[in-house]
Parts: sequence; C-alpha cells; structure tokens
Amino acid sequence: MADINAYEGPAEAGFGDYVALLKPRVMSLVVFTAFVGLWIAPQPVNPFVAFCAVLFIALGGGASGALNMWYDADIDAVMKRTAGRPVPSGRVAPDEALAVGIALSGLSVMMLGLAANWFAAGFLAFTIFFYAVVYTIWLKRSTPQNIVIGGAAGAFPPMIGWACATGGIGLEPLLMFALIFFWTPPHFWALALFMKEDYSKAGVPMLTVTHGRKVTRRHIFAYTLVLAPFAIWLGLTSVGGPLYMAVSVVLNALFIAGGWRILRRSEEQAQADGYKVEKRYFRLSLYYTFLHFLALLIQHWVGGW
Amino acid sequence: MVMLPQVEHELHKRRRSRNIGLLVVLLGFVALVFGLSVVKITQGDMMQGYDHRPRASMLPADPNPPARNSAPVAAPGTPAAEQGGAAEAGQ
Repeated sequence: MADINAYEGPAEAGFGDYVALLKPRVMSLVVFTAFVGLWIAPQPVNPFVAFCAVLFIALGGGASGALNMWYDADIDAVMKRTAGRPVPSGRVAPDEALAVGIALSGLSVMMLGLAANWFAAGFLAFTIFFYAVVYTIWLKRSTPQNIVIGGAAGAFPPMIGWACATGGIGLEPLLMFALIFFWTPPHFWALALFMKEDYSKAGVPMLTVTHGRKVTRRHIFAYTLVLAPFAIWLGLTSVGGPLYMAVSVVLNALFIAGGWRILRRSEEQAQADGYKVEKRYFRLSLYYTFLHFLALLIQHWVGGW
Repeated sequence: MVMLPQVEHELHKRRRSRNIGLLVVLLGFVALVFGLSVVKITQGDMMQGYDHRPRASMLPADPNPPARNSAPVAAPGTPAAEQGGAAEAGQ
C-alpha cells in the first residue's frame, strides 16, 4: 500500500500550536484585569454573564495576538526568544494565523455584544484594531516608543470589563488604564536591559538600541515617577479604600526605589553582578500590577471608604 | 459482506489532537450560548419583538394617561341609557 506523506517538512500543528497563537500568557493578564474591572464596577453583573464577558474579552485579546504573530513572523524568526513560535517555526502557515485572528476577532466582538452590551463590544473591536494595526503594523517598527503604544492596548481590558457592567466609562476605569499604561514601559525596558535581544537585527527600534542603555535607565525611573500618582489617585476614588491605599503606597515606594537603583547603575556594574538589580525590578513589576488589582478586588469585597 | 480491515492512516493520528481540541471547543461554545440564553431569558430582558402589527403591550408607558371616566355614558337605545335618561328627566 502506498503511503502518502504530504511533505517531509516541519511537524504538523497540534491543537497546542493554535492555543499558542493566542499568546496565553498575555491573555492571563487580560483575564485578570478585565475581571477586576468588571467585578468592582458599581452595577452588579450576573456571574455567568461576567464569566462569558471575560472569556470573550480574553478571546479578543488572543485574536489580536494571532494577528500580531501573523504580521511579525519575520521578526519572530530572527529573535531567539520568539523563533519557536508556531508561525516562524513553520507549524502554522501565516495565512492560517491571519484567518484564526480575523475569525476570532469577529466572534469575540459579536459574542461580547450579545453577552454584555454593544459599547463594550465596540471598545473590544477598537482594542484589537489598536494592537494589531496601530501598534503591530504602523508603529512597532518605526518608533522606539513602541512599547508605550503597545502598553495602551494592554491597558484597555479593565476599561472594557467596567464597560461590560456599566455600559460606559468613568474616572475609575481611566485610572486603571493609567496604572497599566505607565507600568508597561518600565516593565519591558527592564526586561530589555538584561535580555539583550537582537532587536537591531530584527529591525525593531528598541529604546536600548536606538538611544542606549543609559537613556533607557532614565526612562525607567521617569515612568516609575509618573506611575505612582495615578496608582495613589485610584485609591482615592469610589473603588479605593484603606487596604488598597496601603498596598499601593508600599508597592510604589518599592518601585520608585528600584527605579532609582537602576538609574544610578552603570552598565559595567550591571554586567559585573549579572543584572541582579534589573532582574529584581522586573520581578517586582510583575507583582506590582497583580497586587494592585488583587487589592482592588479584596477592597471591593470588604467595602471601600 | 467483506469486512475491510480498519487501517488508521498516519494523517488521522497526526490530527487527532486538533480534532479532539476542536470538538471540546465547539461543545464548550454550545454550552456557553445555551447558558447565556437561559440567563438572559430568566433575567426577564426584552422578550417581545416587533411582529408586524401594533400591540398595546409593546408601546412605551404613557406619561400622562387619560383620567378614568367616573361617569360612563351608556350607548343610546340600551336599557341603561333609558334608565339614565329617566333619572335625568326626573331631576
């Protein structure tokens, strides 16, 4: 019997490769912040509707991740960290990633409209457009501030969550947006300081490459200072309270101190101890957002001011 | 009838994870839509739509409803009208 093998190429995509297209690790941040935004909003939402809404917001985020992987396959293939992604490794065809991205975008927006409301659905559609087109296609390869713009896309989910419950936006979701928006650049630039990806070979203008590491250290500290007032301000609104305030003051003090230490170091010092301070700051930045949003959730549960 | 041996092609083996994954996703989606429908219906959201003919129950509530008639006028020629008329004539 003749056995027909279509090609002796790279391994065929399994289900996990399609899941990987949706960037599940980015999705986990989207799920958590969107859920907090939805849950602490003043209008109560049926738990099942809330579950569906968060799921479709996450699916929309995943769809924009797939569109990003479709467009950025050439960059991803060059860089070590991303070379194993489904598209550059050849397991998923670029057209297929594009199709998955577009199909899931449409599905997630329609389903969010049906589950919650059409304002939130429109907001989700805008977020997908912003990440896939404004960030990935227009600005990522043309400006060293690309991280700042990409951060905006990641900052929308709590606002969408809030919009699912209330049908609009207010001061609180705008401050939650600011919290993630100003947190993203120092978070990623700290990673860029010690990961030393070959962004220049990939043609991505990373701040560490275009303006040097000294400027990057200054930017990290500056963003840390800008971030703190917004985090504290959120604690003074209707969603804040003593618990959130305590958590926020401690985390921002630590974050500013870490940014200050990064600013004061020279590249030689950093290399000498294997980027210890930068790595610690990066780890702290992960806790920073997680604990802020967790504090919001618990504060809502125990009651605010 | 000749029974053909069930030979599983290598292709099917390779695609098993995708097929099972897709099955689970689709079943999950069906469950989700069903659950959403149940929640939306039991919450008492708008359940009537336009049905090509006007219905009083579909109209928005009148902010200034007409006052209820405390003294209804009987149709002429009916016993009630004659009674009422006699009562008026007797006054």
